[in-house]
Parts: sequence; structure tokens; C-alpha cells
Amino acid sequence: MNAPVYNFAYLDEQTKRMIRRAILKAIAIPGYQVPFASREMPMPYGWGTGGVQVTAAILGREDTLKVIDQGSDDTTNAISIRKFFEKTANVTTTTVTSDATVIQTRHRIPETALNDNQVLVYQVPIPEPLRFLEPRETETRRMHALGEYGLMHVKLYEDIARHGHIATTYAYPVKVNDRYVMDPSPTPKFDNPKMDNCAALQLFGAGREKRIYAIPPQTKVTSLDFEDHPFETYRFDAPCALCGSRTSYLDEVVVDDKGGRMFVCSDTDYCETRRADGHQGAGFGADHQVT
Amino acid sequence: MSPMIDISSASKTFTMHLQNGARLPVVSGVSMQVNAGECVVLSGPSGAGKSSILKMIFGNYRCDHGRLLVRHNEAMIDVASAQPRDILRIRRQTIGYVSQFLRAVPRVATLDVVAEPLIANGVARDQARTQAGTLLRRLNIAERLWALPPSTFSGGEQQRVNIARGFISDMPILLLDEPTASLDGVNRKIVVDLVAEKKVRGVAMVAIVHDDEVRHLIADRIIDVTSFAAAA
Amino acid sequence: MRDDDQPLLICDGLSKSYGRQLACKDVSFQLYPGEVLAIVGESGSGKSTLLQMLSTQLQPSKGRVSYRMRDGITRDLATLGEAERRFLFRTDWGYVHQDPAMGLRMAVSAGANVGERLMAVGWGHYGKIRETSSSWLERVEISIDRIDDAPKTYSGGMRQRLQIARNLVTEPRLVFMDEPTGGLDVSVQARLLDLVRGLVNELGLAVVIVTHDLAVARLLSHRVMVMKGGEVIETGLTDQVLDDPHEPYTQLLVSSILPA
Repeated sequence: MNAPVYNFAYLDEQTKRMIRRAILKAIAIPGYQVPFASREMPMPYGWGTGGVQVTAAILGREDTLKVIDQGSDDTTNAISIRKFFEKTANVTTTTVTSDATVIQTRHRIPETALNDNQVLVYQVPIPEPLRFLEPRETETRRMHALGEYGLMHVKLYEDIARHGHIATTYAYPVKVNDRYVMDPSPTPKFDNPKMDNCAALQLFGAGREKRIYAIPPQTKVTSLDFEDHPFETYRFDAPCALCGSRTSYLDEVVVDDKGGRMFVCSDTDYCETRRADGHQGAGFGADHQVT
Repeated sequence: MSPMIDISSASKTFTMHLQNGARLPVVSGVSMQVNAGECVVLSGPSGAGKSSILKMIFGNYRCDHGRLLVRHNEAMIDVASAQPRDILRIRRQTIGYVSQFLRAVPRVATLDVVAEPLIANGVARDQARTQAGTLLRRLNIAERLWALPPSTFSGGEQQRVNIARGFISDMPILLLDEPTASLDGVNRKIVVDLVAEKKVRGVAMVAIVHDDEVRHLIADRIIDVTSFAAAA
Repeated sequence: MRDDDQPLLICDGLSKSYGRQLACKDVSFQLYPGEVLAIVGESGSGKSTLLQMLSTQLQPSKGRVSYRMRDGITRDLATLGEAERRFLFRTDWGYVHQDPAMGLRMAVSAGANVGERLMAVGWGHYGKIRETSSSWLERVEISIDRIDDAPKTYSGGMRQRLQIARNLVTEPRLVFMDEPTGGLDVSVQARLLDLVRGLVNELGLAVVIVTHDLAVARLLSHRVMVMKGGEVIETGLTDQVLDDPHEPYTQLLVSSILPA
């Protein structure tokens, strides 16, 4: 049987041009959602088709690709997408953040600071930050065009009125370059500060919704808040059980059927790198609290 | 010194379209002048047009022909041809009107009904209410009634509230339509005193009064409006 | 030149036709600050069409509407960009719909409903927004302990009062009202009218109010415009037009009011 021969990175060159044009436009207007002709991909909607199309459009033969899902290189989805590009582009892949030139991610930003030689590609489900407040696309487009974001603050106001604080913990809306309000994709609000003035190029792809947006390097990104309820990221109360880091985002891992659990870095590469450097956590059994 | 009110050849006819255009003449060729500090009483039988003349001066009735000049802020303005907003300004600053029946906005407390003309002219609410209270007390309206809307009061009480509202501010012109009609002797005297005080302050007044005694006490001149009767 | 001496809203030869159907013919008037103009008429009189054109929600077939902006310059509203028009609508103007659900966000709390306009013009302090919302709720006689409830849970009269608060929070100079008491129970209507009357006087608002109810016109307005079949039949001081109606249609309308 003859195996099918794919164009480099699966997409044909004309499609890649179309997507690159959309990317350029997105970079020129930071935070603005650029519509694009999203293609049928060999995975269903909701599985990262937008991110995959963006990566496919920018990938070159010399690139090194890393794919993470919730911070981990070895979940099913991360593995599938990495294998997809290994097969269709034959590029070098890696799990080491600092070795990668293109990083495709779902729902997390790597802990290791990125540099100006890297591109971070986010997978986005619903690109429109106002979608759940204003279901009409015609209205939300107008709001973005006119910079009318009162409604976004209404949502934050409601949170404070109802819960005493802003209750959004992920996909926390940000204002890019003091102009467009953007949904950072379902990353935890813990990661929001990493988007601000980042050395790397950040690209966002939503396949089902057919939108691409971007944050160019060194762009101002601020999280929406009120003067008397400023944006605060939370701190975990105890360090990672494996590497002892006090500054990374932790995942809860259940270890037995007696309710035993431990908190470890969500970013697996970061944790491994630290352990390789000699850092050590208290291990299983230590007392952990999340504030 | 020019008169406060100067009417020349004013006439009015009602055309009742619902009664096939039947015409009802009211007055014709009304000419009269009223000076500061004097009270002119209009006399004549019922239906002769006395109230209509007052309403025409106030701008409540329109005038078909003629001129109705009133002195407002040193200028003579013709109410018959003035813009609505000018008439509103004249009513706020120059002409007060005490109608025959109290037509107060419902559900507003008596004290506020009386204070309103002052507040409309920029007096602070608290001070206006204090002045209103003083005047109401003088007209024998008990303090326990001040918080109630006047719609449930007796005819005489309503009339006294009406008078308080009309007399409270410093209007240079006052139009009085039967100010003492439902009042007893004591209160009639109070109204007569109020009128006299206004005269001293140079207010020009036109009044309709049926009670001979009161008429005698307040009128400087009496004009019989039957001389302005319009031909039917 | 005092502020009051310049008209706030100028309507000049405004007409609207749908094909051969003339919904509104050649309406002209000027509205000054602090004036309340009632447009009265029965169904089909063109009064609602006129209100829609005045508030730029409907494009006229002929004629012009001009408005004196806060900077003192009078602009032809048709020349405003969409951003400018929307901004005007959110700050210097109010629009009270007959059905309060049209003018409110029903699923969002009352406090947020009133605060939205403030947030839209850049207020960024939660405490201050809430405080201003609270004081406006008080002013329209809504109990403060309902501030976090959504208007879904409010009665019709309360919703209407909330709509008024939402419109007045940015201290507009001109408010459009479309049958604000329509559909409310009589006692609720009365309370609402008293509130509107008080606020209009206190804030010196200019108002254009469309109503079929002459009693509402008499209570609230300084001037009235009677419309029938798209045309202005009679116009003038409210008490003058209602006490001394000249035109046959006006006399018919006035005589049709049931006496108290």
C-alpha cells in the first residue's frame, strides 16, 4: 500500500499563504480577531485545529517544535499533535522549552521565560471575550471596533457583587496595547502576567470559530480589573513536591485510593529541568495547601 | 411710568367644531391698563367674560385679535403673540395666577405645593418650605395638614392653599379669580390684608370678586366687562 | 449668551415616507434646555416614527435634526459618525422605552444596569460605581437591598424606574420617552409620573415624551404637539392647547377625556 505523501506540514502552500496573511494582519493589530478560512483538519473541532493550522503555516525545516497540553508534553493530545508534525514535516521535536523555536500549547504558558527567537502558538476554543455576555456577533464586532467595553466591566462588577471578588480564574480577559480586549484562551489567570511584554511572538488560533489573533513581542498586556479590586494572581501555599519550586503553577495529582494527593508543577519540562539542576521537593506526604 | 398691563382691542371667540362650528363670542374690543400698586376689579354678570380676560392675560387662553402687553423685566411683551417659552418665563417671574379652583398636581404635599413657585425661581428647598409654612399658618391652615395633598381638603381650605401658592413669591403682577369665594369672614379679612400688602409693594393686580364688601376694600378701580361684550 | 437661550434640539422639516405612505410629514420645532415637549396622538398618528427619527434610530426621508453638543456646537445629527452617535446616546441622551425589558439587561443585577454607562465612560472604581448606583436607586425609590437582584425579579413599575435610573446616571441633557407609563397599573403609573416630574424639575432635563394620554401631557409637559395622520395638527403651551383647543381634532381629543 502506498502511504500518502503530504505537503510539508500537511497544508498546501496556498493555504499557508492565506493563513500567514491573516497572521501578519493580526500582528499589525494586536489583540484584534482576524477571520480566516479555517480548513478541514485530520482532527475534529475542539482538538486544536486552530493551533495546528497556525503552527503548520509558520513551521520551517529548521524549526524545533514542542507541543504541550496543560503544561505536559506527554498527554495524549500533545503526543498526537507532535507525532502529526513529525510525520508531515519531519521537523525536530523536543520537550525542552529552551530548545524549541515553535511551542504549541493548550491552556498553559511555559514557566521558563521565552526569548525573541521563539513563537508561542495557543489553541483557542472561543476567541470572543464578550461572547457569553453578548451573543450577537454583529454587536460584539461593533463593540470592538468602537472600543466599547463597558459590558466587560459589567461582568467583573457582577462577579464582585456576587462573590466579593472577581471570580474568573481562567480565560481572564486582557487589554492588549491599550486597545483591544482579548481572551487569552483558557490559560489560568496565573499565567496572564507572562503575556505582558513577552520577548516571544504569541499567536492564537481558533479553528472552529475561524479566527486568528496575535500579540507581537514586547507588547503591553494588562488584565482587566477595578482600581479597588486590582488583578492579583494567587500563590500556592507550598512548593512543588518534586522540585520545590515556589513560583510555578501546580497541578493536583491523586496518588492512591485513600485520598492521598500531591501538588506538582504543571509544566513538566520546567520541573524536570529543575530536578536535573539539583532542586528537590519534599516529596509525597508533605503538607500542601492551595490558597 | 408705563403701566404693568396694557390691553388694547383684545377679542376672543370660541369656535366649537364638535357643535358644527358654532361660534361663541366671549369678549370684543377689550382695552384697559393696570398700573403698579393698583388693584383693578372686573365686574359683570356670570359668563360676561371676566375669567376669560384673566386667562388671556396669563396666556392660558389665546386671543384672536388685539394686544396684551405686560411689563416683564423692564420690557413690554405681547402675551398674545409671545413664544411658549417666553410665556413660561413670564409666568415664572412676572405673573402669578390664583385660579378659582385649586388645580394642584395630585399627590404632592400642601407644603410643597405652596413652596413650588419659590423653588422654581431658585430659592433653596428648605427656605422655600419655611416661607410656605409661615404663609399657610397665617391663612389658618393647620400644620398637621401640611404633609397631606390638598385634594381631600374642604373647598375653603383648598382655596387658601391656592392663595398661599399665588401670593408666596414676589410677582409684580397678580391675577385673582374669586380669591375669597369659599372663605369665612376671618379668612376673607386675611386675604384683604394680603392684597393690601402687595399693593404697598407695587404689585399690579386684576381681580374678580363677587362679594361687595371685599370688592370695596380692595378695588382701586372697577371695570364693568359688559362694555366688552361681544356681539353674538 | 446664556445656555438657556440656545435651542438644544432643532427639528427642521422632518418627514418619513414608506413608498407612497406618509408616516410623518414636515415636522419642525425647537426644544430648549429644561423644556418638556409632549407629542400626543392616537395610534397611527406618526408620533412614534417622529420619536425614532429625532433619536436617530430611524433615518428621515427629508429634513434634519440638529443637536447642540456639550461643547456648545450645534451639529446635524446625520453627519455624526457612528461612534459619536453611540457615545451621545450613552452619555448626553436618555431613551426610556415603553417596555422596560427593551432598555435594561434583564439578567444582570440592578447595580450593574445602572453602573454600566459609567463603566462605559471609563469609571474604574468598583466602590464608587456601586455607590453612585445605590444613590440613583434611592432616587427612583427602589430599595437598596435589591441592588444585586436582576430586573427579571422586579415588578413592572420597578423595572421602569430602574430604566429611568439607568438613563439618568450620566446626567443627560435630553431624554426621549416612549409611552413610559404604558402597560402599567394606574396606581403604578401615578407613582412613576410623580417621579418623572420631580426628576425633570430637579435636573432641568429637556424631554420629548410621546404619549396618547392627555393627562400625562398635562402633568409633565410645558408644550404639546398634537399629531394625526403624520401631521402636526396643533402645537403650543400645554395648558393653552388643552384648555383652549382651536383645531377640530384637538377639540375632539380633549372632549374625549373621561372627567375625573
